[in-house]
Amino acid sequence: MRNSGLSDRTFGIINGIGVLLITIIITYPLIFVISASISDPTAVNTGKMWLWPVDITFAGFEKVFENKAIWVGYRNTIFYTIVGTLIHLFVLLPCAYALSRKELMGKKIILWIILFTMLFNGGLIPSYLLVKNLNMLNTMWAIVIPGVVGAWSILVAKSFFEQTIPDTLVEASKIDGATDFQIFRRIVLPLSLPIIAVMALFHAVALWNQYFNALIYLTDENKFPLQLILRQILILSQFDASSGVGGVVDSYIEQVKAASLIKYAVIIVSALPLLIVYPFLQRFFVKGVLIGSVKE
Amino acid sequence: MEILEKENNVVAPTVHYKTSRIKKNFSANWQLYVFLSPALLYFMIFHYIPMYGVQIAFKEFYANLGITGSPWVGFEHFTRFFDSYYFWRLLKNTLVLNVYGLILFPVPIIFALMLNEVKNGAAKKWAQTLTYAPHFISVVVVVGMLVAFLDPVTGIVNNTIVKFGGEPVLFLTDAGLFRHIFVWSGQWQSLGWGTIIYLAALAGVNPELHEAARVDGATRMQRIIHVNIPAIIPTVVILFILNIGNFMQVGFEKVLLLQNSLNSETSDIIQTFVYQAGLLEGQYSFAAAIGLFESVINIVLLITVNQIARKVSDNSLW
Repeated sequence: MRNSGLSDRTFGIINGIGVLLITIIITYPLIFVISASISDPTAVNTGKMWLWPVDITFAGFEKVFENKAIWVGYRNTIFYTIVGTLIHLFVLLPCAYALSRKELMGKKIILWIILFTMLFNGGLIPSYLLVKNLNMLNTMWAIVIPGVVGAWSILVAKSFFEQTIPDTLVEASKIDGATDFQIFRRIVLPLSLPIIAVMALFHAVALWNQYFNALIYLTDENKFPLQLILRQILILSQFDASSGVGGVVDSYIEQVKAASLIKYAVIIVSALPLLIVYPFLQRFFVKGVLIGSVKE
Repeated sequence: MEILEKENNVVAPTVHYKTSRIKKNFSANWQLYVFLSPALLYFMIFHYIPMYGVQIAFKEFYANLGITGSPWVGFEHFTRFFDSYYFWRLLKNTLVLNVYGLILFPVPIIFALMLNEVKNGAAKKWAQTLTYAPHFISVVVVVGMLVAFLDPVTGIVNNTIVKFGGEPVLFLTDAGLFRHIFVWSGQWQSLGWGTIIYLAALAGVNPELHEAARVDGATRMQRIIHVNIPAIIPTVVILFILNIGNFMQVGFEKVLLLQNSLNSETSDIIQTFVYQAGLLEGQYSFAAAIGLFESVINIVLLITVNQIARKVSDNSLW
């Protein structure tokens, strides 16, 4: 074998160390947050706690669970995510299926109408004025309807239907007298569970994590999703430690301590559902990215 | 968009109702049009009405007159924006931030090439699962973590700096550091996830190519350079174009969260300004004009890059 610099063995070792280092760097902040959420705030704030929990306490979580705003936000987010994802599927799947059928006339024009929205949009201000004119400000519709479906998802689902639903099956069912509605419900949907799962997951994650629509469209705190509450606590440092406990006034130092403790606990509470579920659904997510890329 | 043309070629000769009238097709397939209607209604209302509403960029918007009733003012808002003292600052900040992000475009490619060389299946799987995870964390939480880690008194970063005898750094209020914090925290979040498509492309490389190269005495490094990299170039080009397509729009929601009055010298970008001027100050027409200016730049960039890619590499979106 010609010697051109590194031997394959050395290369493998160096590469392995590189991957390990990158993985550690990416994982470290996550581990830190988990450890910090159950450590004594003083140890966290003075840098004594840097990897594993120090002086374990669950006071942060207790404070989180006592806080009414967080619970309301949690409830709202779950509600918006479920409703939004259901509407997403209701709009996306029939449309993508219809576009996958070759007997549909005017398909090219319809696709262009949809695709053009990827290239150009009215922008923030006209969209905001529209939502305002539709009287959707400060309602859950402002959260779940704008952005309910994107051109990209339609393309992806359409190509899935084209590849998995054989024309002969649809034609045979039609000869047997089935209507398009029946074919869609009894044949297409049961055969399309993977794409339904992928689309629902992607949309649900996006809804769970979004804050901007809520920021501009909602003013009523009782409708705020979790992300807006998190923004107040984590970024604007507006955490009222006594809220929900009924007039218990902590000392200033206690409040600062509580605020810094709750920071990490609240991150865990908000991000954990996704981080726990994700490894089990990883293959669906990866599949989603790949079906999307095949399109190009 | 290439698909569209392909479809058209395939569909035309095979349509069953070639000779029949539109009416007949419609009465046979009307249910398919019902299927389309929710989506089309959505796109009409939530995309095309705002496109029509873009006209307020050329008008002086009065709420009581509505979008169509407000008087035309031509390019007044645009000239006001171009003549303003902050125009160059906004344009520069927007461009620099995005170019910085674009320079790091190869990072996930390199990581994908590295992951692809990890032959231990379990180790590779672990590395993937762990590095994909930050993708699922919301932008609010990411910024919240930055605020906590970079705090001048209680943050782990400054605690470490002090421990080694340094002075605490005011990371989040330093205009000079804003771009680095923004871009690198973005890398932290998207690096792993960004490898998925490249890993799939690498999995598709014909093993015989590697075998042949090995027989010819190529080292692993040489095989990466001469076999793997050429194999993923088409994917790289397409993703690069898509990236350009989002140029100037990336990460606005995160910028907004990271922005404060002390770092605004570098964190003021066009989109945060549109938000500020339009939604916070109510200058709808002026803000819409600035937003339109940005959209136009984006389209021009996308088309230009796509043309160039088509000329030099045969890979393009359309």
